[in-house]
Amino acid sequence: MALNLFARKTIEPPAAIEAASLRSDRFRLERETDWQRLEAIVEALEKNRPRRISDDDLLDLPVLYRKAASSLAVARETSLDAATLAYLESLVRRAWFQVYGPRTGLFAWLRGFLGGGWSASVRDLWLDICIALAVMVAGTVVGWLLVARDSEWYYRLMPGGLAGERQPGASVETLAATLEGTEDAEGLTTFAAYLFSNNSGVCILAFALGFCFGVPTLLLLVYNMAAIGAILWLFDDAGLTWEFAAWLAVHGTTEVFAILLSGAAGLHIGRAMAFPGNRSIMAAASASGKRAAQVMAGCILMLVVAGLLEGYARQLVASAEGRATIGGVMLVLWLAYFILMPRPRTHGREDQA
Amino acid sequence: MSAEKSGRRYQASLASRRREMVTPEGLALPVTVAGRGARAGALLLDMIILFGGAFVVLLVLVAFGEGLAGNRSGEGQSPAEELATVALIMAFWLARYGYFLFFELGPRGATPGKRLMGIRVAARPSASNADAGGGRLTAEAVIARNLLRDIEVFLPTFYLLGMLASGGQADGVMGWAAFVWLMVFLLFPLFNKDRLRGGDLVAGTWVIEASRVRLAQAMSIAPNHGRDYRFGDAELRVYGEHELQVLEGVLRQDNPEAMREVMLAICRKIGWEPGAGHEREFLEAFYSALRAHLERGMRFGQRKADKHS
Repeated sequence: MALNLFARKTIEPPAAIEAASLRSDRFRLERETDWQRLEAIVEALEKNRPRRISDDDLLDLPVLYRKAASSLAVARETSLDAATLAYLESLVRRAWFQVYGPRTGLFAWLRGFLGGGWSASVRDLWLDICIALAVMVAGTVVGWLLVARDSEWYYRLMPGGLAGERQPGASVETLAATLEGTEDAEGLTTFAAYLFSNNSGVCILAFALGFCFGVPTLLLLVYNMAAIGAILWLFDDAGLTWEFAAWLAVHGTTEVFAILLSGAAGLHIGRAMAFPGNRSIMAAASASGKRAAQVMAGCILMLVVAGLLEGYARQLVASAEGRATIGGVMLVLWLAYFILMPRPRTHGREDQA
Repeated sequence: MSAEKSGRRYQASLASRRREMVTPEGLALPVTVAGRGARAGALLLDMIILFGGAFVVLLVLVAFGEGLAGNRSGEGQSPAEELATVALIMAFWLARYGYFLFFELGPRGATPGKRLMGIRVAARPSASNADAGGGRLTAEAVIARNLLRDIEVFLPTFYLLGMLASGGQADGVMGWAAFVWLMVFLLFPLFNKDRLRGGDLVAGTWVIEASRVRLAQAMSIAPNHGRDYRFGDAELRVYGEHELQVLEGVLRQDNPEAMREVMLAICRKIGWEPGAGHEREFLEAFYSALRAHLERGMRFGQRKADKHS
């Protein structure tokens, strides 16, 4: 008896079929064992423990599923046993999710994603990327011009704590000091992690706001880039343009690229919902949403890289040339990956059917 | 009276949430779109798990950090403290974005909260993938629906928490504008028939009930009393399928008083003299006879929905 506790649950054979007086109950009793076998397999799959399923059971899974489905079809026409019908409907539905469910694991998905799925999705968004880029350039120019006309704008555009000592009227020495690196790596991990967490929040917001026909996404891009335009003017005024550009480029080429992509992804959804073409709005939104989500998953990855570059490379490499080189190399790497990486062959794209 | 009314409202809500999903075998499977209450409950459970987990992690890390701070000699952050801070930032980030993603990508398609409420995420059938049932739930779809969760759930939550922390006053027009803006997302599921939230719309998913039904005992293997009670055709023609299912429910519940009442009602209807002490035997016999009668009709293509038809 004690051993029975650890033994696998066996399926009880049904009561004698002949004992049932109703024809539909006999139909049910004849097939009950198969249903319960299917249920046991489905349960193991739901618990994510496919190893518990024997080879025989795994081979029989499609057969058992089809048997249960046809039992349900027959029972609907011949049986009035509400409990059995409810059981079969629930069983077939659960089995359907397992048999036709997503059977790509996280790692298989990652391989397809890095091996071309991501770059292909990015290329699909070329028009949105162009729009987002134009808006971002415009935002930078606007920020610059506003601050150039009236330096009061600077305080409006820069979020309070971010500016620190970088203020209009600060001396060249003070500004140059804010660009200096630090010698040791202490505390930089925290800084990198904080930057990553913060920036990914901005990116996800830019993407998610695309849901409102893309308008808030564009506003967010303009606002964020105007701040960069403002600070750019500040350093240009002090004659530190090159140093500042290099300081920004270390991580900026990766980070601003990620913000560009997430803005484009949000815009892609917004555009699909505003102009769905021949499809219904629902279909257009979900097709573009899936493509944009793939781009977004990549943006998160880029932000991890950007956070590391910002936290370490920028603080440890002090020379403007070194910083500019790192930033430039990163930009070339990203561009090469997005443009040259071919679409994977096995990657099924159902949304284009 | 009000219980009956709310019961009827529940039935009406259930009927309005019924949908059909066609499997590749051509079998129409009924699915029930999850109710707003179940979804709100699931979200609440998940948030409790998340915030509770975050709180515990915070407590452990603070205790850990204090223990280290006690025997620290130099100034600035010690490596262990730095590690703890990084772990904290990453843990919060993972909780915010990873929790829903991880669980909804699993084979159950449900977070712990959803599982407890008996609902799951599924791909919504659309014109383009109708042949494959609802289509497959892809990783991209789950990512898309959970990225939008950020503006739908987390921003309103943090905003409300911030408002509570600052003494419950919104800072003028901006505060109210933000509040209205966030409410639009929060109330989105109330204004469409599939109860979709913004993320579902963008990802092409929906949330459906995923009840697990156990196979109940077959009804007609109980000792057959067909010889003790013989029902004529005219007596069986009184009732339809709906009454049969009600009777099935009564028999499965096995409540003596309810069985007594039902027996009296049936006897009144078919003009029999009700006896006492053999309610279950009578009802079982009547159930078997009625089901055999109705199923025979079904095989000849005649169905009788209820006693009025």
